[in-house]
Amino acid sequence: MVRTFAARTSVPVKILVLLSQVPDTTARIAFTDGNTKFDANGVTFIVNPYDEWYALVRALELKEAAGAGSVTTITVGGADTEATIRKGLAIGADEAVRVDVQPTEALQVAEQIAAYAKDKGFDLIMAGKETIDHNGGQVGGMVAELLDLPYVALASKLDVASGKATIERDVPGGVEVVEVALPMVLSAAKGMAEQRIPNMRGIMAARTKPLTVVPPAATDHVAHTASFELPPAKGAVKMIPADDAGKLIELLHTEAKVI
Amino acid sequence: MSTIVFIDTRGEKLPKAAQEAVTYASKLAGGPVTAVTFGGAAGLESLGAQGAGKVIVARDVTAVDGQQLTKLVLDVASKEGANTIVCVHDGTGKAVAPRLAAKLKAAHVAGAIGMPEGDKFKRNVFSGKAQAWLQVTSPNKVISLMPNSIPVGKDGGSASVEDYHGDLGPVRITVKEVRKAGGGVPLPEAELVVSAGRGMKGPENWGMVEELAKELGAATACSRPVADMHWRPHHEHVGQTGVAIRPNLYIAIGISGAIQHLAGVNQSKVICVINNDPEAPFFKAADYGIVGDAFQVLPQLIEAAKKLNAER
Repeated sequence: MVRTFAARTSVPVKILVLLSQVPDTTARIAFTDGNTKFDANGVTFIVNPYDEWYALVRALELKEAAGAGSVTTITVGGADTEATIRKGLAIGADEAVRVDVQPTEALQVAEQIAAYAKDKGFDLIMAGKETIDHNGGQVGGMVAELLDLPYVALASKLDVASGKATIERDVPGGVEVVEVALPMVLSAAKGMAEQRIPNMRGIMAARTKPLTVVPPAATDHVAHTASFELPPAKGAVKMIPADDAGKLIELLHTEAKVI
Repeated sequence: MSTIVFIDTRGEKLPKAAQEAVTYASKLAGGPVTAVTFGGAAGLESLGAQGAGKVIVARDVTAVDGQQLTKLVLDVASKEGANTIVCVHDGTGKAVAPRLAAKLKAAHVAGAIGMPEGDKFKRNVFSGKAQAWLQVTSPNKVISLMPNSIPVGKDGGSASVEDYHGDLGPVRITVKEVRKAGGGVPLPEAELVVSAGRGMKGPENWGMVEELAKELGAATACSRPVADMHWRPHHEHVGQTGVAIRPNLYIAIGISGAIQHLAGVNQSKVICVINNDPEAPFFKAADYGIVGDAFQVLPQLIEAAKKLNAER
């Protein structure tokens, strides 16, 4: 898909993209230690798709359109996240930051990110709409509050010009176009950009781009996941012959009692 | 300490998700709660039936500006001495609840799917492929309730309604334009959903899907390829990257059931799959299945639904 840009941004934009590591979309979901830990055995980890496809790629497009600016990624996690972080650099981020602590809960992660970002002068802080493991969609809004910045959730389109962001956000049954002065925080949903596959040059360059490890700040402990459970297995599907399809409506009424 | 509930009532009617959130808050509190809202649909006093004792409404606020709304909720929470705030896990809740949690140093339960056990709250994780119990250890709590998670309460009386007159500070998010496609039941709240995919072959064939939905009183939805090809509006797209729903009934016509689609619908109570490919992966997640051509099956379903309506 080709994107067009009405005008080049006059001022370079400094962007921070929140980047999480998550199990691959198709990973088998299982738990260990009495259902208290995710079973990572044999699981491939990836950049959270909303962070990568939408937030990071749109950030890079904005930088390219302006011909200036910078894109930094930040990840809260142990050394095991570095391969994932390098993927973000291979796609095109200029530099990466890793806050060296295991993520346990949304507020802890948000406080770590806010502590790093507070005096760096970012114009835009972009998160994915949620991670595909914890599905919270919380960190962007929390960072915004901690930094006293506006926050637009579920943005599906973003343009930046003259120090202002023009954003489309998904609302029930449609979209709303909103305008916000920078600096601000947003969460990116489908529609914002197309996926980019890193090329060999990007992958080579990623090896030497800066990945700075910073020590964690003191944070609040407000919650933790006590245990996981898997949904009960589905019973066998009841098949209805195609030439007697009307029977389905009858069963939904008399047996399933949903209509 | 007490519990308050924050809801968005900008539409003409009170949203079902808002009524669920008030019910939830009142059950948590074990008695009447104060509801804080903006916009102000007709019939706010009827939230008493769900357990609201008082409704405080900021009528001048018409758009979601997270900072203004956070100020509104915190102001009411402080006046009410509340340490627990219930929200709806929708676009408005997602813009406000994380801010409230960060401000109050509170745990935020994003998308609770039922009443807690003590201070443990159940929520979906891994896109509905598992659930987690979140143990809350902070004295303050912010809980966003997933729509369609609990029945709407009907036992209470009438709530008193007060206008909010505090200063909410400057607007920092300006709405320039709203593009809405028609009315109908909002998809996240719909109890019955009829959804169709590429198997319908083209947008001109959606008449049958819409007719079945109309006969059942259901909302319509679609798969990602259908939205990407602009056969249907983007807001109808259910799945991992679209809207996640949990209706009582999900009927999928001509959708193969890729893992990304299932992630958005696997919380549906009853799933019916109609597909001409008996190997379609969706049948493994279905309660009822029909292997057959949509153009042959749909007219029979419409006819049966009409017959059922005539009998009722």
